[in-house]
Amino acid sequence: MKPAVKRLIFFTALILFWGLGSHFEFWHETILPSPFSVWDALVAGFADLTLVYDLVASFRRLFIGLAVSLLIGTALGILLARSKTADETIGSMVLALQSVPSIIWLPLAMMWFGLGEGAIIFVVILGGTFVMTLNVRTGIKNVNPLYIKAARTMGSNGIDLFWKVIIPASIPYLVTGARLAWAFAWRALMAGELLSAGPGLGYTLRYASDFGNMALVIGVMIIIGVVGAVVDQLIFQRIEKNVLKRWGLES
Amino acid sequence: MFIEIQHINKIYTDKDNNANTVLDDINLEIPKGQFVSILGPSGCGKSTLLSMIAGLTSASSGGIIVDGKSVQKPGKDRGMVFQEAALFPWMTVTENVVFPLRKEMNKKQAIERARHFLQMVQLSNYAGHYPHELSGGMQQRVSIARSLAMDPAVLLMDEPFGALDEQTRSRLHGQLEKIWIDTQKTIVFVTHSIQESIKLSDRIVVMGTRPGTVIADIDVDIPRPRDEHKQQVAALEERIMGLLKGEIDKVINEELAYEARS
Repeated sequence: MKPAVKRLIFFTALILFWGLGSHFEFWHETILPSPFSVWDALVAGFADLTLVYDLVASFRRLFIGLAVSLLIGTALGILLARSKTADETIGSMVLALQSVPSIIWLPLAMMWFGLGEGAIIFVVILGGTFVMTLNVRTGIKNVNPLYIKAARTMGSNGIDLFWKVIIPASIPYLVTGARLAWAFAWRALMAGELLSAGPGLGYTLRYASDFGNMALVIGVMIIIGVVGAVVDQLIFQRIEKNVLKRWGLES
Repeated sequence: MFIEIQHINKIYTDKDNNANTVLDDINLEIPKGQFVSILGPSGCGKSTLLSMIAGLTSASSGGIIVDGKSVQKPGKDRGMVFQEAALFPWMTVTENVVFPLRKEMNKKQAIERARHFLQMVQLSNYAGHYPHELSGGMQQRVSIARSLAMDPAVLLMDEPFGALDEQTRSRLHGQLEKIWIDTQKTIVFVTHSIQESIKLSDRIVVMGTRPGTVIADIDVDIPRPRDEHKQQVAALEERIMGLLKGEIDKVINEELAYEARS
């Protein structure tokens, strides 16, 4: 049986179980709304365009934040890989920053940038930057020394060696870094939106919760999960797989 | 002389601060166009010596001159083929061969030149493939084409066929011999295989271990192709085996002594 078929059966069974449970009132509608209520809430949300605006707003923040974090992360990673002093000083700070959830920066970010876009994007940037930094650093440091030796015997050195050999050789790590940065940024974005003004998926989630609309809460949760899974599996894992194959790291 | 290796010493200090002599006063002169093998057991410093000619490793003392110029750093006048093909996996076969050429000529010329050398190693049909799509032997042929394409004065080969299976190796021996005859390159070929060195080279420099020294310098005057002169080949093989026997015993004894101590 194909994995896709297995998955289809699994999710159908899950929704069926959920629907039957609601139908026979194993749990109360206010605690866990039935799949039909969730479906209706989603349809209504898309019909009056609130969820569309939410998606657009969330993706806008995500793209800006992720793009900036990939740029800063790559630059910082290169710096850490090339300068021992930077690695020993900034590097230890990056490790510390990487180990805390970026949402803890939100109170400070709100003081600096106000309650709007700026604060959330700041948190998203922090969410993605450090994991990218560490992957770029590792990638550059782990370039097969044989490639560097071979390139040097072919007259390549300095900047040419760096851009034409070392950076391409570390692409697999860069792709993994970008994938993880996306995952961290997506989580940071949702956390940030929950705590600030709308529109945005996170904001609508909290808004629905405040008004006791659990069907919409679950609907938004499903959207967040589906977006996360789709981007990760259809975009990043696919790129990663192709790169690993091409780079000969996976047969 | 075309390549002059003068009083090369290489000493490195290990983590216990003991000085280890890897190469002890190596002197060699190699004329232009010669195919010379450097033969020795592992640990005799033959690869280190080759790496010094390439300019990738520095000597503790002594100097190397190639074509009148003192070797200080790597350069395109010395092409190197490693035991692993060392092709860049993100480039196609053609792009790999073009890599050393891209600064000297325009793209069209470089691709034309790459095609010529890929033809020489009979891989022109694979120009658009990526290295991971090729077998080990094919990758190594691309690597040879890549080195030849930059038209080096000397081709340095560090056990280039060591990782290949017997049949592939034997086929590549034939191809390399032909390339050498066609291009008239000077080739310095490092190997631990006696048969390989006899099959291919004009001259065999036999090295001993600990410290690495030259223990014999043999001119091979068996007519090519050497497969047709089995008796002479066998006689030379036996002679070299005798030379190396003492060296291999030395390595074994040293290892036994080391084990007894620890």
